Amino acid sequence: MPEARKTPLYDMHLKHGGKMVDFAGWLLPVEYSGIIHEHRMVREKAGLFDVSHMGEIVVSGPQAGEFLQYMTTNDVARLARGQICYSLLCYEDGGVVDDILIYKLGPEEFLLVVNAANTAKDLAWLEQHARPGVQIRDMSNQYAQLALQGPRAEKILQPLTDKDLAALKYYWFYPQAVVAGIPCLLSRTGYTGEPGFELYVAPEKAAALWEALLAAGGEDVVPAGLGARDTLRMEVKLPLYGHELGPDITPLQAGLGYFVKLDKGDFIGRAALQAEKAAGPARRLVELVALEKGIPRAGYPVRCQGREVGRVTSGGYAPTLDKFIALALVESECDRPGEMLEIVVRGRGIKARLERGIFLPPFNRRGK
Amino acid sequence: MQVKEGLYYSREHEWVRVEGDLAYIGITDHAQHHLGDVVYVELPAVGSSFAAHEVIGVIESVKAVADMHTPVSGTVEQVNSELEGQPQLLNSDPYGAWIACLRLENPAELDELLDAAGYEAFCREQE
Repeated sequence: MPEARKTPLYDMHLKHGGKMVDFAGWLLPVEYSGIIHEHRMVREKAGLFDVSHMGEIVVSGPQAGEFLQYMTTNDVARLARGQICYSLLCYEDGGVVDDILIYKLGPEEFLLVVNAANTAKDLAWLEQHARPGVQIRDMSNQYAQLALQGPRAEKILQPLTDKDLAALKYYWFYPQAVVAGIPCLLSRTGYTGEPGFELYVAPEKAAALWEALLAAGGEDVVPAGLGARDTLRMEVKLPLYGHELGPDITPLQAGLGYFVKLDKGDFIGRAALQAEKAAGPARRLVELVALEKGIPRAGYPVRCQGREVGRVTSGGYAPTLDKFIALALVESECDRPGEMLEIVVRGRGIKARLERGIFLPPFNRRGK
Repeated sequence: MQVKEGLYYSREHEWVRVEGDLAYIGITDHAQHHLGDVVYVELPAVGSSFAAHEVIGVIESVKAVADMHTPVSGTVEQVNSELEGQPQLLNSDPYGAWIACLRLENPAELDELLDAAGYEAFCREQE
């Protein structure tokens, strides 16, 4: 294994007491003040994350739009300049190469933000299918990325920039914002289920931006680590590659059919996904709440009437809900609200109830 | 990191407080700090017997699962059932929140354990 890489914010993490771990080949903080505290701060006020490990790939050229339309499942043609979509790169059989964000920088230029562990694989996959009129550039080394997340994020960020944040809609971005005097790409996106922003900045400016955001937030913001990022995303059912998604899991099984536009024209994986949709997926991602003591963790078997029917993909303590919850990929016939299943926790079965809607809705769906 | 005088310490970051032939065991401040927020403790059954270094329970934090070993051999006399409802006591009061109380079978095993100064030095070496 090569030595883990440091992000441009490594010294900031040490300064703020981050407990460092190797994550996807990067040294990143798992927590600073405690996962539960950081989690609650993000739900109630704001948290600041270093997500510089994410990969950035620019796809450009006269054929870039058509190329991405063919490579991904969402409808790239519908994107306006300054708009973002969540999409999936699929294999021919419908399995997932990666889940990505696509930023439309211009009519012939797109920024793809990909999972750190998948960057090399995604690049190879895109290059393998490249065609004349398309350039693919790995820009990962040229961007650090910070995520400011939480209900107070806009209030904290607005005084630092001339851009009108209230006018920036969810999943839109300003390509050339200046925040605390530092040029950055600023998007209203995130991976916590809370309102917030992601800021893409030159690596040498990342530490200054980090400090400026913490200073501006004062007591309303804390640095937050990978641990809180995981509990936050799980609690609002946002998928994590390698858990809810992977080469052997299709987007339809993962409940992401909304991001698969079968009517947009041909794309890689379309035939397989269309057939799967017609027949109904054999497995589905379900929400479980544990009814007995014991913590469901990823990989634990799930049983229905004594028979193994699937596995937990993510599970654990949900701080906002104050419950032990799990996402599990199980045979579709078990997917009935109220169904009593069993999660095998270190050899011991604990009762879990399948329910829809027990997880926290993300901020944009709350109160509806 | 806090280390308390008058306790015995294992290299697996458990502490032992001896009262007569009873041994109260728990996890150290160092251990709870590394585990992070504890959300669940699986306690041993009263009456069950364990050899030194055997797993007697499980501690789960938000981020990890850790086995709890006993540093000494013995039979479980009592468990701290307060931890079932308030597992976070292991974070807030690691030396007060004992996990199990064992009747000591072989007091000579205590000689294998570290004292406060020895444990502090051991943790420094590990950092």
